[in-house]
Amino acid sequence: MVLIDGSRLIIESLARAGADVFVGYPITPANLLYRYAIMRFPAALSAPDEITTMQWLCGFSATGLLPVTATSFPGFALMLESINMAYMMELPVVVVLAQRLGPATGSATAGADGDLLLLRGTISGGHPLPVLAVNRLEDCWTIPPLALETAAMLRTPVVILTSKEMVMTQFSFELEKLSEVKPVNRRGCSCDDHYESYAPGDDLVPDFLPVGNSRHQVRLNASTHNRQGIIQHLSAEGLENTARLEKKITLNLSRYTRYHLDEENGADTLIVAWGNAALAAEEALERLRLRGEKVSLLLPNTLLPVPAEYPAIMSRYRRVFVVEENLSGHLRTVLFGTQGRNGVVGVNSLGKMITPEEIVAKVMGKNG
Amino acid sequence: MAESLFLSTKPLPFCPGCSHHLVVRHTAKALEQLGLKPLEVVLVTDIGCHGIVDPYFRTHTVHGLHGRSSALGAGIAAARKGGKVVVYLGDGGASIGLQHLIECARMNFPLTVLVLNNMLYGMTGGQPSSLTPCGFRTPLRPEGKLEPHYDLCRIVHSAGAEYVSRVNGTGDFSAALVEAFGIPGFSLVEVVETCTSYGLKFNPGQKTGEIAHNAGLEFGVWRNPGKSVFRLSLNTNRGSLFKESSIAVQWTAKLQNRLGILVGGSAGGRVQQAAEMLARASIASGLYATKKGTYPVTVGTGYSIAELILARQPIRYSGIEVPEVAVIVSPDGLSYSEGLLGEMKGGLLLIDEALNSPSTGAKVVTQPFVKTAGTKNAALLALLYLLKITETVPVAALLNEIKMASREGPEVASRLEKQLGQLEGKSDSNEVAKERD
Repeated sequence: MVLIDGSRLIIESLARAGADVFVGYPITPANLLYRYAIMRFPAALSAPDEITTMQWLCGFSATGLLPVTATSFPGFALMLESINMAYMMELPVVVVLAQRLGPATGSATAGADGDLLLLRGTISGGHPLPVLAVNRLEDCWTIPPLALETAAMLRTPVVILTSKEMVMTQFSFELEKLSEVKPVNRRGCSCDDHYESYAPGDDLVPDFLPVGNSRHQVRLNASTHNRQGIIQHLSAEGLENTARLEKKITLNLSRYTRYHLDEENGADTLIVAWGNAALAAEEALERLRLRGEKVSLLLPNTLLPVPAEYPAIMSRYRRVFVVEENLSGHLRTVLFGTQGRNGVVGVNSLGKMITPEEIVAKVMGKNG
Repeated sequence: MAESLFLSTKPLPFCPGCSHHLVVRHTAKALEQLGLKPLEVVLVTDIGCHGIVDPYFRTHTVHGLHGRSSALGAGIAAARKGGKVVVYLGDGGASIGLQHLIECARMNFPLTVLVLNNMLYGMTGGQPSSLTPCGFRTPLRPEGKLEPHYDLCRIVHSAGAEYVSRVNGTGDFSAALVEAFGIPGFSLVEVVETCTSYGLKFNPGQKTGEIAHNAGLEFGVWRNPGKSVFRLSLNTNRGSLFKESSIAVQWTAKLQNRLGILVGGSAGGRVQQAAEMLARASIASGLYATKKGTYPVTVGTGYSIAELILARQPIRYSGIEVPEVAVIVSPDGLSYSEGLLGEMKGGLLLIDEALNSPSTGAKVVTQPFVKTAGTKNAALLALLYLLKITETVPVAALLNEIKMASREGPEVASRLEKQLGQLEGKSDSNEVAKERD
């Protein structure tokens, strides 16, 4: 048994999965991720700010390395344009986003799960950005390698969404139960005679050759471009390429869909929780069942894009309680839109963890 | 256009008379002169008139964000083992990304940046940049730029660049490019031009060289002694983060269920370390544990709150709804926790004798923790005292953690053990405390 925080698991699993280089600025509450990455990654650099961070990372990624950074909202906000660049250039990058209480600099040392709607709108044009949440300590071991694999295979930035509670609180934990982490597959190219930087494969993802290779010319481009990577205005080929960026993320969604579902026969109530609220929801589930309530629990890891499984699961329940540590109900909005659905209730908080008993009270109160 | 190893034969996309033509041709000429092959070169451009030249180069090309090409190029250059990375940047881009240029110089990334300084932002209608000389007229500032400019070359030179030069973009400056490209680390060449579409029209009759001279921007070379070039080095044999962290079970805890403990103190009072030691001691006694910290952003002042959960069963939710035990050793800790202490309907509050007891439903026990152990060890002494009177976890387990924590650990543990003995006689609360267990 060890006393461990999620940061240590996240960095160790990423390193074992084959992440090459970490660049970061030690913003709270991502400080431990930064510290551990410097100790563990094959290479690590301190950057003066988050724009520089993401640009250096994209440079590394363009040469074939698998880079990682960790940040919180203020840093993520600075990275926004550069993440769009990585998305457009099709460069794999993993961003661990440790949420904290906003808006703006908010409270650096207070937890929150308030960045999901920002992530839904991160890529201009509404293109989907893969976002994977760590809800339980075990997820800190299994989700980061999946994020790295997804980034490499789909040639895209991927966000691991976590928050202060998971990356800073220490938990007793049995390392012996951890599964083996296998090195991720890196996207390559078997092309001999001809190569186009953005010619899509069957999975709509282009094969990868690093810039600077001696076999074929590589052209990367952050502006609208054709298959060769040459800047376009509104050519059909350029727009087709831009549309493909969206399609490749959704086409391959099943490859990175993960969730924890604990269903009880006969239950007509479902609790959906993520981030800080997930552990409280698990405990609430246990308390409710001890009181004879029939309740199921969904802890989604893949938050964006929304896997087709979620609507299917939720449609089986008359009442759905979406528990999350933000005021407006980010996941609830993502899942049900602004109009909601009959029987859907939010359990929300600002600046404090939602307690198991608050969830129990809401469910027992028949508010749905 | 003459055949070039590095360029396509298509006419370049720039306005007639624009010095960008010369920059591109001299770049190709200099690279050829150095014996480089096109696929050994990566050209990084960004937004601006220079950024539309990618398709004309037979090198690798990367077209990035406005002002960021030097940082993007730095990443590419640092990760490569050889070859050449050339970055094109406008004066607007240099203004946006000045920080990146300074970092390139400081870190000595192996690349060359050409700043195509045509004294305005051309693509967006001709507003002045930070490099535009005071008085220079542009379409968006026809009265002339009123604000001062800065000398980019001197800034980058002072940041440590190995080689910096400023050249007149109307002549043959390929020799300067050969020299810059041959520098192993970071080099920068500022090519001063006058935008033919916006600059010439609004500043008729003025020569590029005269404008630069009048602005105090001399042509020349500035050097720093060669220094270590930054290249990314991958060490894939770094040790696991898990080594030496396993806690062996050596003691037996008497705690049967679950105990939420709040520890309230001040920064510098080692509250977080004390709580972590108790968590580890609990694990070493066969329990599960969580420990979380709450504190303001200030490092050396203000409250420091630790929440501990010790339990016989695995713990999911790591928050404390209402603590069973609160340990308060400083006014900061008391002030932060008063609301929560008020919610305690039972349980135990251990509080330093110098503090006023708050309104609480908990049984209150006061002891001179600070007076006995000092501010730095008061929290530890209080937790030892808690274990002594509740017997939830053996005192020996926590003393062992204190011993193991640092080189001074054995001495600290020995001192605290003696101080704990001094408190025993003063305690009249054993029965009260044991009710909690």
